[in-house]
Amino acid sequence: MKAWIAFWNIVLKDMRAYYLKPPNISWGLIFPVAWTAMFFIKSGRGLDDVLAVLPGVVAISILFGTTSMLAVTVTFEKKGRSFERLLLAPIPLELLMLAKTGGAVLFGVVNALVPVAIACFLADLSRVAWGAVVPAVVLIAVASTFMGLFIAVSVSEIFEAQTFSNFFRFPMIFLCGLFFPIDALPVLLKPLAYVLPLTYGVDILKGGFHGGNIMPLPLNFVGICLFCIVLFYFSLKNIHKKWIS
Amino acid sequence: MATDLKSSVIIEVAELTKRFDEVNAVDGISFQVHPGEFFGFLGPNGAGKTTTINMLIGLARPDSGSIRIGGLDCRKNPKAAQHLIGVVPDESNLYPELSGFDNLCFCGALYGMGKAERVARATRLLEDFDLTKAAHRRFGGYSKGMKRRLAIAAGIVHRPQVLFLDEPTTGIDVASARSIRQLLADLHGSGTTIFLTTHYIEEAERLCDRIAFIVNGRIVKTDGVASLLKPVHDRYATLINGTGLSPSFLGDLSSSFPGLDFQQHSQDRIRVESSSPIHIGPIVKLLEDRGVAVTEARRLQLSLEDVFVQITGIEADAMKKEKMKAAA
Repeated sequence: MKAWIAFWNIVLKDMRAYYLKPPNISWGLIFPVAWTAMFFIKSGRGLDDVLAVLPGVVAISILFGTTSMLAVTVTFEKKGRSFERLLLAPIPLELLMLAKTGGAVLFGVVNALVPVAIACFLADLSRVAWGAVVPAVVLIAVASTFMGLFIAVSVSEIFEAQTFSNFFRFPMIFLCGLFFPIDALPVLLKPLAYVLPLTYGVDILKGGFHGGNIMPLPLNFVGICLFCIVLFYFSLKNIHKKWIS
Repeated sequence: MATDLKSSVIIEVAELTKRFDEVNAVDGISFQVHPGEFFGFLGPNGAGKTTTINMLIGLARPDSGSIRIGGLDCRKNPKAAQHLIGVVPDESNLYPELSGFDNLCFCGALYGMGKAERVARATRLLEDFDLTKAAHRRFGGYSKGMKRRLAIAAGIVHRPQVLFLDEPTTGIDVASARSIRQLLADLHGSGTTIFLTTHYIEEAERLCDRIAFIVNGRIVKTDGVASLLKPVHDRYATLINGTGLSPSFLGDLSSSFPGLDFQQHSQDRIRVESSSPIHIGPIVKLLEDRGVAVTEARRLQLSLEDVFVQITGIEADAMKKEKMKAAA
């Protein structure tokens, strides 16, 4: 019970201190809108294309929102030593890091709601399989957040966190089937798509929004869950190795 | 009897070792701290103070040795003792974007305190630390002294049995340092065990019950302040200033006054020590006969600083300057 008081207050503190700040709210709104507009204009197929573009826009909104925020906030707190205060709290490291990532996951989920809300006015979403879309959104948010955590514990400066994030994020836009089908990738690049967590999340979204998934949904769920576990495990291992050495 | 002794120890460190690459940062140190004690840990930069404190509070893992706090094995379970301890680091680790009040409430929550309890505790601590007026201001806008006071309040928000303080008065003005020393004395008076690292030897002398001197990762002496001071209480020292007072006079002085110990203190200064009162007249006469213009002869009150220099061979001034340089 006592540990959960700490957990909840860390989440609340991060929401107040970082995620609910006006610049981040505007980032959460403007970024998905800009991506949506860009791909509509590029596709040239108008409103018919909303459902085709939506999985990619939702995924990219989550990816950029969560990885940027978590990598920067954790690095910022580490640099300012306030992260030390959290490490000194008598709660298990696993729970502490789940609390630390909790705010970013919520931020990612809220980011995903923006393009979906816009799409409500532009397309018929009555046939969307929300039972697949909602857990996929949450899992993409968790996987991206854990990727942000992995980045945060691998660097020591805020600018390094940004650079390292982009090293993962930009290739994922092109390799994970967000806007360019994986089947259309060059043979040498195709295997790369399957070692990136977003591929599985986007495939679930495609299945949920318009039935265009290329892998079975259970396989996608298992794939993205495995990535979440592996990323969290290695992040904790790195924290032990680098911050409590 | 053995059980009684064991239960009267709140921190027990045995053969603690930590290496960084080829350097033994902490080299097999052992000590005990008793409940309610004000324990000082003194040493120059790089002596191993912060590494030791980090191992005690769970921010670093020892290579070997044991740490027990409140009877709990901190090596086997580093998180076990964290609810018993409070930590005030040398640099503030509170949240600049939160107010003083919110920072204290947040710190209370980290230790599982319920909302009503932490609000009451934060309000009380802000009063006790004279920060009520600044309670709802951003912590980032506080002065250094206020930041340090709030950091101490945050360290004791959950009423820890042991408080670790790393250089609590470094880099703050004299008035704030005095008020912090008073707060620490009050805390000690209320029964909290305090583990203090400082480079201000006079601060340690004034506040601590017992002190350990650490140099190059090894504890060279641990004793009560009164016992440490005993050898210098029976000593007399005088500082002589004079233009042209150079080391070349030391031999001459030593042979003329065999019962006295002469040392070059600094440029144009000689320090004389003895186990009996020093008659300064003949010394001044000899120096003036040799052409030195003696400007001042002042009796020195020997302190823990002199004990530190005797035991460690490190000039306390050098240590202070080094630390201030690092703080700047």
